[in-house]
Amino acid sequence: MKHMLQQVFHSPKFVVGFIIFMSILLLSVIYPIFVTGDPLVIIGKGTFFEPGIYVNVVDGIDSQLYSLSLPDVAEKRIALKLGATERADMKEWLVAFGIPEADIDTEDTEALLNIWNQNYDSKLRLPGMTNARKNYFARLDASIDNLLSTEGIIIASKDPSTGALTEEETIGQSQYINVNRTSNVKVLPLGTDNFGRDMVPELISAIGTSLKIGFIAGSIATLLGLVLGLVAGYVGGWVDDIILFVTNLFIVIPSFVLLILISYSIGQEQRGAVTVAVVIGFTSWVWTCRAVRSQVISLRNRDHVNLSKLSGHSTAHIIISDILPYVASYVVMAFILQISSGILSEAGLSILGLGPKTSDVATLGLMMNWAMIYSAHIMGKWWAYFPVIIAIALITFSMNLMNTGLDLVFNPTLRD
Amino acid sequence: MNDANKSCLKGVGLTKIFGLGKQRCLAVDHVDFDFKEGEIISIVGESGSGKTTLAKMLLGLISITEGDIYFEGVKRDISSQRKKKEYWKNIQAIFQDPYSSYNIFRKIDTVLLDCLVMRGQKDLPAEEKNRLITEACSFVNLKYEELTNKYPFELSGGQMQRLMIARVFLLKPRVLLADEPTSMIDACSRATILDMLMDLRRETGMTIVFITHDIGLAYYVSDSVYIMEHGKLIESGSADEVILNPKQAYTQRLINDVPKIHEEWDLSTVDAR
Repeated sequence: MKHMLQQVFHSPKFVVGFIIFMSILLLSVIYPIFVTGDPLVIIGKGTFFEPGIYVNVVDGIDSQLYSLSLPDVAEKRIALKLGATERADMKEWLVAFGIPEADIDTEDTEALLNIWNQNYDSKLRLPGMTNARKNYFARLDASIDNLLSTEGIIIASKDPSTGALTEEETIGQSQYINVNRTSNVKVLPLGTDNFGRDMVPELISAIGTSLKIGFIAGSIATLLGLVLGLVAGYVGGWVDDIILFVTNLFIVIPSFVLLILISYSIGQEQRGAVTVAVVIGFTSWVWTCRAVRSQVISLRNRDHVNLSKLSGHSTAHIIISDILPYVASYVVMAFILQISSGILSEAGLSILGLGPKTSDVATLGLMMNWAMIYSAHIMGKWWAYFPVIIAIALITFSMNLMNTGLDLVFNPTLRD
Repeated sequence: MNDANKSCLKGVGLTKIFGLGKQRCLAVDHVDFDFKEGEIISIVGESGSGKTTLAKMLLGLISITEGDIYFEGVKRDISSQRKKKEYWKNIQAIFQDPYSSYNIFRKIDTVLLDCLVMRGQKDLPAEEKNRLITEACSFVNLKYEELTNKYPFELSGGQMQRLMIARVFLLKPRVLLADEPTSMIDACSRATILDMLMDLRRETGMTIVFITHDIGLAYYVSDSVYIMEHGKLIESGSADEVILNPKQAYTQRLINDVPKIHEEWDLSTVDAR
């Protein structure tokens, strides 16, 4: 047994898979210890804030100002507001309203802005232009207002009684604040989701929940399949017939359809993460059962089983000590696969809206579901679904890798 | 020495059919026999002639399609687990392949300790258990100290098969079914194992049913010989009777197939051709 464990860790595939899997598992266990608090707390008022460092504006104005003379300040400012797409859009608007195409040079910022400021009128409406498009141009116009100005911004205070403005200070074009000296800075490495939750703790808690669902579903499926397979294979006769009949029923009806029907009939309110895991477990034991059964059938006529019978051992003893160890390696591999397929099943169910009830816990499938409902994939909000896909892929990939590694150890004919 | 006429194991019209319908296969076909107590009986036949199936039926490891087995004159009853256990106290076996006869996940001494449990000596003091097992091991020229805490794959095939005999020695059944016990063993260990079986018979007076495809071996060890072909018993009688005066052509062929190392090889006929 010890020998086998050593061999397992000499298989490079297994080791790589094991390291990836353990780091994901440890991340989901250790992160909540250091970052306490509800991972699902809503912090953003709005949907899909981009990844980045968020600085409180009042704090920024209040904190000490530093003057730095750096080159390219204006160019960078222009580049952020006026990218290639914006320039092309402006050109499209101008051409549509009768400016000769030859007169427009999108490379020359100053000339482009001049033409734009002379011709743009937010009231004009091109036939066939949607309202959203019209608003987009209005926003674009507002954002490039004063883009080329070299003046600073004046901070003024309002007199409560008269409403008159008094100038407090002027912030110049080349003034900076130190983020470290600002009291309220929030780093959102993966932005926020559609509800305005920080994606990072949410994703990590979702990984934890999904792994839990996978473990519960995998354990139930493996245990059920193992016990039924052992009994059907060893006892045989009518017991085998009944178990085989049930197994075939489950095979004929695709288990995912069964899963959808059961999940639907349980109802939205009763579906917690554990319930979903149990349902997945009870619909995916079939192949384990069949595989174990056929292995046991070939084992039960071996001489060592006959010898055990002749030594007066009971059926239970023979199954546990003479059959089980021989199928154990297979069962371990099946267990790993069941965990990863449990995670995938949960994701599939949740995307269809039949996963654990929303806003209670986050799972990888639910995060995909939320991102999909709020059209993150259409609007290009990649941070709402891409990290989730990566997490699912890494978990299943690492488990399959471990499985292949184990296969090489347990099945010497596959070794090179 | 023994009452030569007392029946030990008797079969009447034993039949075994595997499978159903078109795929049915008649493995053993209405076999009748009467094994006398204390004899060494050989069942000889080619591969696939139904010897091992017959042995498994006698052991009660597979069901009997038709026919009855009488043990010491009483019809065998193995309808329950308890009765089976009782029956297996009287009949034991040694299998063909020592390498697959052991559970590779269990230590070897558990096999011998199981025998003591089977004999109802579970509660003996440890020294007494040790003494019994050591005695059984020394009977087959093994040292018990060297076996403790070892797994089956750490032993040679000959050692494993000898351990099997030690197990039988501990259990002291009335009948021993030895299913080709020497076919996987090298020639030197083969003689040792055969001698041990003979010793076992001498010491305990048990009936030994020796199943083999080697008629020379059968002649060497047995008192009476049964020849099987295609599931049927075609010839039986005392060893001398069957082998020196075979009545069936099949028996004659089996005898001719035995390599004769002591005879001079007649090479002149080859040259002449």
